[in-house]
Amino acid sequence: MVKIDARGLSCPQPVVMVQNATNANIRELEVIVNTVVSKENVMRYLSKKGYHISIKEEGDDFIILAKR
Amino acid sequence: MKNIFASKWGIVISGIFIAIVAIALQINGNPPNMGICVACFERDIAGALGLHRVSTVQYVRPEIIGFILGAFLAALVAREFKPRGGSSPVVRFFLGVFSMIGALVFLGCPWRAFLRLAGGDFNAILGLCGLAVGIFVGVICLKNGYSLGRSNTMKGISGLVFPFTMGGIFVLSILKLSASSEHALFFSATGPGSMHANLWLSFGAGIAVGAIAQRSRFCTMGAFRDAMLVKDFHLMSGVLALLMTATILNIALGKFNLGFENQPIAHSNHFWNFAGMVLAGFAFTLAGGCPGRQLFLAGEGDGDAAVFVIGMIVGAGLAHNFATASSSAGVGAFGPLAVVVGLIFCGVVGIFMREKMSK
Repeated sequence: MVKIDARGLSCPQPVVMVQNATNANIRELEVIVNTVVSKENVMRYLSKKGYHISIKEEGDDFIILAKR
Repeated sequence: MKNIFASKWGIVISGIFIAIVAIALQINGNPPNMGICVACFERDIAGALGLHRVSTVQYVRPEIIGFILGAFLAALVAREFKPRGGSSPVVRFFLGVFSMIGALVFLGCPWRAFLRLAGGDFNAILGLCGLAVGIFVGVICLKNGYSLGRSNTMKGISGLVFPFTMGGIFVLSILKLSASSEHALFFSATGPGSMHANLWLSFGAGIAVGAIAQRSRFCTMGAFRDAMLVKDFHLMSGVLALLMTATILNIALGKFNLGFENQPIAHSNHFWNFAGMVLAGFAFTLAGGCPGRQLFLAGEGDGDAAVFVIGMIVGAGLAHNFATASSSAGVGAFGPLAVVVGLIFCGVVGIFMREKMSK
């Protein structure tokens, strides 16, 4: 399990961080973002890469759990 | 609440809608192939405020203010209004300045580049190629860990300052407030600045586009960037929908004029059309959005995007005061030099503003 904290980073850095992890063949990821746009972008990328996704909301943050 | 505009069809519908609005505004008085141009319109606002004194390009474009307020309202309704900022504001300001300098060498933002192509202006091909190259260079920086750092959540008021200031400028323009003809606000009597659709039509169109684009995240720079970076063609499908719709409408209305020469508000210096947009594309990528997208982000409370927009407006003033902006007659005296300086600035920012890559 790799944790990625992409809070406060502007588009497309959250996706780039997640891409680095998926390129390293990480099968389980936890990504924290704090804007809806970042959430949408990360989810779109991960689902295209064949990950199963679940989402938790904690305060202002979205926690995306992804497994392959 | 599910966001239908973020879907595959939502982004396509956004592109179609923006094209229809742009062509409708052209029919109703906006300059040819310039139904909507974020760079040109911000330049006109800079002129209206007296930041430059080129009498042909001065008008408070209601579309720009509509974009910001439309995005602001849509973000409020969707509970996405979130004041934030503090991610390298000074760097973002100058990225805004240089992106405007580059765009005004070409004579248009990416939206107008597509609208120009849709009108048959082949010079736009050079601009769009330059845009793609600039974005490609920016993508290399992103892959190597480029970052302007994290933004912080801010107090509610800070997210209201920019939308309300721009709304205030709009109110001044309705009142045509000016101490004398020597003082701002300025309104062009001739030239592109004098060509505009009805004020309320422009404003309403701006609000509608702003709201839809806030929901769909429409971004021309992002379209190229995502295609190059992650082979994602989501945003590109919206941009292509805009291009196709505008082309079809122009052909249907008899406004399609194919070629390089005699194109409205354009010049045919191929190299600098290309190089100007390399600079603009590079700066947009480093700042994280095309000029339109920066307006929508500013509307939803992103203070860093607002700083970029202010940089663009100031950059437009500088571009005309220092003769770096082009005109139909050709490239400005200092346009080439300004593009080189801008590319050096972006290169330094792209290389040195890096985070350690996390493995």
